[in-house]
Amino acid sequence: MPEIRDFHAFPDAQGRFGQFGGSYVAETLMAPLAELTEAYLRLRQDPAFIAELDRDLTHYVGRPSPVYFAERLTRHVGGARILLKREDLNHTGAHKINNTVGQALVARHMGKTRIIAETGAGQHGVASATVAARLGLQCVVYMGATDIERQKINVYRMKLLGAEVVPVTSGSKTLKDALNEAMRDWVTNVADTFYIIGTVAGPHPYPLMVRDFNAIVGREARTQLLEQYGRLPDVLTACVGGGSNAIGLFHAFLNDREVRIVGAEAAGEGIATGHHAASLAAGRPGVLHGNRTYVLCDDDGQITETHSVSAGLDYPGVGPEHAFLKDAGRADYVGVTDDEALEAFHLLARTEGILAALESSHAVAQAVKLAREYPKDGIVLCNLSGRGDKDVHTIAAREGVQV
Amino acid sequence: MNRIDRRFAALKSAGRTGLIPFVTAGDPSPEHAVALMHALVESGADVIELGVPFSDPMADGPVIQHASERAIAKGVGLGDVLGWVAEFRRRDADTPVVLMGYLNPIEIHGYERFATEAVQAGVDGVLLVDCPLEESEVLAPLRAAGLAQILLAAPTTAPDRLSKLCAAAEGFLYYVSFAGITGAARLSTTDIAARVADVRAHAKAPVAVGFGVRDAESAKAIAGFADAVVIGSALVERLAGAVSSEDVAGRVAAFLQPVRKALDAR
Repeated sequence: MPEIRDFHAFPDAQGRFGQFGGSYVAETLMAPLAELTEAYLRLRQDPAFIAELDRDLTHYVGRPSPVYFAERLTRHVGGARILLKREDLNHTGAHKINNTVGQALVARHMGKTRIIAETGAGQHGVASATVAARLGLQCVVYMGATDIERQKINVYRMKLLGAEVVPVTSGSKTLKDALNEAMRDWVTNVADTFYIIGTVAGPHPYPLMVRDFNAIVGREARTQLLEQYGRLPDVLTACVGGGSNAIGLFHAFLNDREVRIVGAEAAGEGIATGHHAASLAAGRPGVLHGNRTYVLCDDDGQITETHSVSAGLDYPGVGPEHAFLKDAGRADYVGVTDDEALEAFHLLARTEGILAALESSHAVAQAVKLAREYPKDGIVLCNLSGRGDKDVHTIAAREGVQV
Repeated sequence: MNRIDRRFAALKSAGRTGLIPFVTAGDPSPEHAVALMHALVESGADVIELGVPFSDPMADGPVIQHASERAIAKGVGLGDVLGWVAEFRRRDADTPVVLMGYLNPIEIHGYERFATEAVQAGVDGVLLVDCPLEESEVLAPLRAAGLAQILLAAPTTAPDRLSKLCAAAEGFLYYVSFAGITGAARLSTTDIAARVADVRAHAKAPVAVGFGVRDAESAKAIAGFADAVVIGSALVERLAGAVSSEDVAGRVAAFLQPVRKALDAR
């Protein structure tokens, strides 16, 4: 790959990040995607739209989220300072709301009255149901039957918010199948329906649009670091399933070459066991869900079932921009196992009084590893993408505790 | 002239409407895959559309999804499908075979390797549901090897794109009769008729209409304005659970022959 001068110049007009991205969809989706692309490219330049979005982010989501120095965790680890970008403090408890607030505004500007979404852990489903309720739009959320079982609290939250949750029983009954089903709904109901994709995957313009709406995370953090510490961090880390919180943190720093970037993928029971969801660390380039990216598949090209203790990372693909950053050598992607994530969950709870989402616990585990590599005056900035209330039952069950 | 063009030329001079059944390769069972293809021809198929099973068939409804899942569970992969086409060719040198599916199995197999093996096996064209014209650069090795790239057009296709598709279509242009997934049952014939007439006026290639064709009656209605009719989910549904080659052939005959008759009676 030729050297990249400006990482902010991607994607190109076809939605490509180098060889990744694009629009690999059925003919019936080409027109709706063109309509969406046209509307979004216009809105993202429109000062009135940007002001509307900023108001919602401030007064509804509760931005800016703080950058918090995890002092006791840092002392416990004995390495560089660990800073947490507190996306868990957003309304609904995760970064996902940044994107759904944005896409719901786009939907309203396009005159759509029905919102559909797919969800894995349920965070994106809750965030979609939330904005739909606020704007008075009908909301249908597709969720794998397996995920419904392990995320009951979020399923109930969506129902309380007035959304219909549709169980998906095809394939592996997880996030990827929910995405297939939402896509099928969209193909059938394009006239009145807006599909809010929850991650930086899918066909163009979704990887661009979802990234833009989450990039507020990194823009804020970069400013906060400069104001509070007078410098940029040495290294960034975030968990990567589809990759929306990670690209949200990374994007503002991509052209700061001195800042190292490390994504933490779900290594599940260990990459060597085959039971994992580490598409970048252990997959290969392929085509899934409308874009070319790294995927986990067998030699027949069949997408393989993934495993992670966290439903939100349990996805066999990854956003095409991450695939591009990996191949360009700008970011590294490494695996964090279920056990390591759980250990980090407990460590953060006891040292800082924060229950992190299991997804985000992967990033915390990686931050701890990175902190050990740097001197005490170094800075590791970790995206704490969501809070862990939704995972309490999963953790209790895994540890044999009756709640 | 390749098999697809020859077949459509013959249909045209005979004044007949083409019948293009779709089946998922390896369903209802891999052992009867080749027998099923011959049975389709014996019951009046003009072109065979053979679905390559994929784990994430985004554009397909439940019937074809489940057929894919069953085939994958029995270990069916692209290599098997090519093997069955080669075996079919030993007894049938004339009926065109089009592979229909998704890009990832071919991407992973390798485009060059697939192109060579598919031509050797006797495949005539490919229809890749998730590879629109805009992304079809990757298919250059397939076209170079002589495989027809079958394109789709839909009711939502904008006029300027439609003319691009019409100009680029090889073999035949597959018109998706409504915006939806395979196997859904909504069909306003008058609506489709007007749109297909427009497409036929622009396309050099013949136009086949599919999505939502379920039986002899709906096929006959479409035959009035299309060069060929594609019939998939309803057939796949009928074949599920067949236990022997004879059973497969019997079900194909019972389902397809009335459709053939209806098309010819026009």
